[in-house]
Amino acid sequence: MRLVRPAVLLLCLAVAGYAATIVLDDPGLPRMLVWFLAAVVLHDGGLVPLYSGADRALLALAPRTRVPLVNHVRVPALGAGLTLLLFLPGIIGQGGDAHLGATGLDQQPYLGRWLLLVAAMAAVSAAVYAVRLLRARSAVTTR
Amino acid sequence: MTRPDAGYGRPARLWRALDRARPPLPRFRSPLRGPWLTSLLGLVLLVGLPIVVVTGLLDRVAYGAAPIPADVGFLQLPPFDWPTSPAWLFRLTQGTHVLLGLVLVPIVLAKLWSVAPKLVVWPPARSVTDALERATVLLLVGSILFEVVTGVLNIQYDYVFGFGFYAAHYVGAWVFTGALVAHVVLKLPLMVRGLRSRSLRAELRTPTSGSEDDPDSDLVATDPRPATISRRGALALIGGGSLLVAGLSVGQVLDGPLRGTALLLPRGRTTAAADGGPNDFPVNRTFVASGIDPAATGSAWRLELSGAGAVRLDRAALAALAQHTVALPIACVEGWSTEQSWTGVRLRDLAALAGVPEPVAAVVGSIEQGPFARAELHAGQVLHPDSLLALRVNGADLSPDHGFPARVVVPALPGVRCTKWVRTIEFRSVR
Repeated sequence: MRLVRPAVLLLCLAVAGYAATIVLDDPGLPRMLVWFLAAVVLHDGGLVPLYSGADRALLALAPRTRVPLVNHVRVPALGAGLTLLLFLPGIIGQGGDAHLGATGLDQQPYLGRWLLLVAAMAAVSAAVYAVRLLRARSAVTTR
Repeated sequence: MTRPDAGYGRPARLWRALDRARPPLPRFRSPLRGPWLTSLLGLVLLVGLPIVVVTGLLDRVAYGAAPIPADVGFLQLPPFDWPTSPAWLFRLTQGTHVLLGLVLVPIVLAKLWSVAPKLVVWPPARSVTDALERATVLLLVGSILFEVVTGVLNIQYDYVFGFGFYAAHYVGAWVFTGALVAHVVLKLPLMVRGLRSRSLRAELRTPTSGSEDDPDSDLVATDPRPATISRRGALALIGGGSLLVAGLSVGQVLDGPLRGTALLLPRGRTTAAADGGPNDFPVNRTFVASGIDPAATGSAWRLELSGAGAVRLDRAALAALAQHTVALPIACVEGWSTEQSWTGVRLRDLAALAGVPEPVAAVVGSIEQGPFARAELHAGQVLHPDSLLALRVNGADLSPDHGFPARVVVPALPGVRCTKWVRTIEFRSVR
């Protein structure tokens, strides 16, 4: 294992270096490197602190209730965040010309659909919370 | 690999100094983190991601002659003639590449969340080998995020990144493959130990969970918060994220009303008219975007065949030849697909007409100018009885968007190679 570890690591770096030679003469290479590093920096230094901080704020602010509220906020919020992240171009209307040229369609519907989806996830979560609350109450009164 | 009691590599003075220069670092306090959860997510990715990689590399083979990027050295699958049977082959491979890639995004994000404490482990390295490993982890995380971002943007026609997608996504795939292999070789024993440390079945029966209890692991919080979600709840949340993405994406490979379930993707829709007519299925390049002069597709249009001799046919002459009708999918690199019923002349009949009944290849040229205006077909693709120069679809003439006056459809051939607005076909008897 003493020698396996450095050997495997060097092999990995060698593959990456060799792969990079494919785009060595590509005028887009600097932009590729920027996007590669920006993806890591924005994930580790932006997205992770953002959702961790939001979750900490939620834990601090959520009222102490008999049926805990936090997961009924977390689930629709994560659903909204995930769909926003994945389908961002359509939702914010970015790349409309290429979209039109490829599909013959505009990007008009996506924002409204996403907002409806987020509202639906929040409504379902609230409804489940209400049911849990009622059941907890009736469990107390019948006891 | 970096246990607190581990010694320093050489030069020890350097690594010790680094250890002492500890800046204030954030603490991670979720009781969910630990080797078991990370190993479980790692196992799911270990099964799923290689499928995404291989189906992606197959796309290059399916593309056939003159792929982009052109020269990739030995970083490619062994070349072979892409099959024409089953007709849904490319629909399956590329649909899997895109759908599975999307579905794994929540798992990737969860896996990265689960190992976030590793980011701030101090010292970051105790030896040169440690530092090398950190560099390969940067390659691993960078390349998976790069592949996700470029892929997700590309299927939505958002080219904001400003570089060539094919080359960048291809190089990224190989950087990722190399880094993944190294990561698996080094971490597999750790993953197996992590998976054995708890029972999945028991976790799924446990409504609340305390923290994982491996004191050797950097992942386990030293002062965990009280649990606000059970471990099975967290798994349900991650899996639910994947299911949500699956539900919002699978529509782009389905025909009929279910296509609309891909609410937020371009391929949840068909055409602007959305009239349910014979030409109401997705387009990947509109007639307007092709920049073709409409007069070039009118009565002046002629199909030019070349081979042993030259033959020119107008559309009426083509329609008078033996017609063949077949249901074939159009499947695109963006992962969407649709099956339609095409009617037209068999390519092999046209080859015979051009005096080359046994061609080794054919080069199809479009009226359109540009990178996708020429496509080479291999002999198996030209001679397949279902390979057509289609004039009609679902009983009606092709619409301008779908390639009027004539387009190629070949079983299992990527949509981008099923050339629209065809003007020339050159049948070759020698390579």
